[in-house]
Amino acid sequence: MQMLEDPSKSLVEFVTFSAGQQSFSIEITQVREIRRWSPVTALPHAPREVLGVMNLRGSVIPIYDLAARFGLGQTRENPRNVIVVAMHGGQTVGLLVEAVSEILSVPRDQIQETPDIRSELARQSITGVIPIENGMTRVIDLGAVLHHSAKAVP
Amino acid sequence: MANPILETFFEETEELLEALAEGLASMPGAAFNKETVNSVFRAVHSIKGGAGAFKLTELVSFAHAFETVMDAVRSETLALTPQILHILTRSADCLADLVDAARSGRTIADDVTSGFLSALQACLGEGTIEAVDAWDNFEFHAVPLDLQPLADLCPQGADTLGEPSGFRIQFHPYPALFTNGHEPALLFAALGELGQMTCRLDLSQLPDWAGYQPSEFHLHWTIELETDESEIAVQEVFEFVHGLCDLTIEPLTRPPAAAEPDVKEVEGAPALAMPSLASPDPIVPDPPTPAHIAVAAAPKKPERGDDGEAKGPKATLRVDLDRVDRLINAVGELIINQAMIAQRLQDMTATRDDDLVLHIEDYRLLARDIQEGVMAIRAQPVKSLFQRMSRIVREAADSSGKLAELMTFGEGTEVDKTVVERLADPLTHMIRNAVDHGIENCAARAAAGKPPMGTIRLAAAHRSGSVIITVKDDGAGLNRPKILEIAKRKGLIPAEAELSDGEIDQLLFMAGFSTATSVSNLSGRGVGLDVVRTAVQALGGRVSIATMPGQGTEFTILLPLTLAVMDGMVVTVGGQTLVVPITSIIETIRPRPSDLHRIGSDETLLSIRGRMIPVVDVATSLGFPNMTGESMPLLLLVESEHLGECALVVDAVLDQRQVVIKSLESNFGTVPGVSAATVLGDGRIALILDPDAIVGGRMPGGQPLANIASNAGKAAYANA
Repeated sequence: MQMLEDPSKSLVEFVTFSAGQQSFSIEITQVREIRRWSPVTALPHAPREVLGVMNLRGSVIPIYDLAARFGLGQTRENPRNVIVVAMHGGQTVGLLVEAVSEILSVPRDQIQETPDIRSELARQSITGVIPIENGMTRVIDLGAVLHHSAKAVP
Repeated sequence: MANPILETFFEETEELLEALAEGLASMPGAAFNKETVNSVFRAVHSIKGGAGAFKLTELVSFAHAFETVMDAVRSETLALTPQILHILTRSADCLADLVDAARSGRTIADDVTSGFLSALQACLGEGTIEAVDAWDNFEFHAVPLDLQPLADLCPQGADTLGEPSGFRIQFHPYPALFTNGHEPALLFAALGELGQMTCRLDLSQLPDWAGYQPSEFHLHWTIELETDESEIAVQEVFEFVHGLCDLTIEPLTRPPAAAEPDVKEVEGAPALAMPSLASPDPIVPDPPTPAHIAVAAAPKKPERGDDGEAKGPKATLRVDLDRVDRLINAVGELIINQAMIAQRLQDMTATRDDDLVLHIEDYRLLARDIQEGVMAIRAQPVKSLFQRMSRIVREAADSSGKLAELMTFGEGTEVDKTVVERLADPLTHMIRNAVDHGIENCAARAAAGKPPMGTIRLAAAHRSGSVIITVKDDGAGLNRPKILEIAKRKGLIPAEAELSDGEIDQLLFMAGFSTATSVSNLSGRGVGLDVVRTAVQALGGRVSIATMPGQGTEFTILLPLTLAVMDGMVVTVGGQTLVVPITSIIETIRPRPSDLHRIGSDETLLSIRGRMIPVVDVATSLGFPNMTGESMPLLLLVESEHLGECALVVDAVLDQRQVVIKSLESNFGTVPGVSAATVLGDGRIALILDPDAIVGGRMPGGQPLANIASNAGKAAYANA
């Protein structure tokens, strides 16, 4: 069924969540699970957005503060905070967000390219935007989020 | 691999190639003998046979040429000169390549093999290797066996008078023969296989009961053996009791001489008279059918029954590596689980159930036992790795026109399989470097008064929970001024930098450093030693370098024994829980204020037993808040690579326990000062400290070299 449709009309599912009071989303295929916040172990000399590492059933995963990553200030401690565990290129990471909102199902052609914005930081790690009910959600390029400090990513 | 039989063939071939390499390697030495030549021949022959069955034509024809030359050596029509040995060794390498190619379904360019083939051909001179057509000629032949009537072999009657047709063996065992676990009955059984034998037991020396000493042995046998075998065959039977008995073997002429006067035939069963040290089953020579008795009356001693089956090759089991790894992971989780339970128990201070504490302790020991057992499954001797290296030396020496040989030590040292595998590349680099850069050419060696043949020593050894691998050449040593000049020219260090000798040596490990002015096809691409260091660090080890001008350079790789678990001391630093590897800790010290001396604005020295040792604040190095305040810190005395002994400041020592090593790299990347992470009893992550990096981080001259190198390595990884 799906195969016969116009690829631009095929539906893509996203998990949307808020970080730093803004709405972000990543493709659902990248999300492994959503966990409650639990204290992390700080890493020395780590960038500001890397909060530390936590134990996910025996493996050590780094936790990124998404708000800090996009220059929206450190996420404040709140019992409602959750960690979105996501996979990218064999790496498992956790993203600290304020709350998970919904699962969005949109046709591919509804994803708009990121307009020219000034923030280099944001432009590099946001692949597009999707208009939603009250505003829009930003689609995150997980790879860019993880590698931005290395600057070696093409 | 679709065909399991083919897979088995390749696995066996691998072992055969190992035997082949081992045999060839021992040939130039004093250990050379016919058996070695035979074993090499057999290995090649088996490879050829197996390859034929799978229609691996190229492999068969090459193995055939090899075998033909080996056959000539075996039959001594071809002298084993160093040249020929060299050709054989290189051909063995080529054979290994062909096997590899066949395994992965590749083909090797004809000109490569034909070069070796013509070299092998040249060995034989005018004698030619007749080509085999792999498949057409490969068939199973029934080997006709001539079964002569037994009667022909054992002539009856005395008509062969005067012909030596057997031996008279006088056999008097010493008590030591029995204490060494030998058994006359088995010896007689072996003799009985050579022919018809008659055995007489001489009891004349047996004292009466009054003077009987069970620990002494008074029996004496005279055996007459009718056989066509040579005396050597008879001597071989007694090979293992040589020196443990009086033995005379003399040719026997027919008819057998009359029984010696002092030998009386024993009719009854003097079982009581047999010394207790001898077999509990009395050997009762029964004159009418003596041979039959010797063979049949040799039931195993009960206490030997167990190891009787263990004779022959050690039983091994081929297991899919994935299964072992699953087991190792499960055991790792088991250990974490044990730690969690133990911690919870400790927290419940109200319940003081001694039994439970005891059981938990048993649980810990059991878990450790299981873990050690599982690790042992993965342990592998480094022999196969070392053998590959001798090939690298040969190739590097050939192409650089130098003479070099590899000497290996400690080949039996067992290391985790992953380590063995992942060490292959760095070790190859180091060995090539040793030949290419370390060893001088013949002329330079002669000028320095060294033998023309350069030697590279490759050694492995265990040292308290670590494995040490050293690569040492007897070359010219490092040319430090040149290294410094190159590093400056390449902009790796500022032009005005003043570096100590040790720091200059470390430059070799920096990315993009290569001293070779000409790029050879072996090394000199500038990706040598920094790759070595990165690979070794990824295994949780470290590389160090020592050099003596004019005498050579030594690289030392220090590796953890297992990759999964280590013993660590759990400490707190700046509010964070950290684990320090126990192997690096010498002692813990709570210093008196008078032991600490300030030097400069923020440096402290510890005086201990008359020595001054630098003090490193771990919290500051890691960027954690310093929580010690004014109270006296606790110091961990550690041995470091850069500065010798060094004292690390920590807030408190909590525990000492086994921790499961969890990689940080797989999901994040390397963190300076931290080698890995582990899961503590409460389920939280604790970082495992790398004391060397911490100590190295405060080396004079601002940013430490080690950090530059490792960061460069990280960038290289990120790009890859």
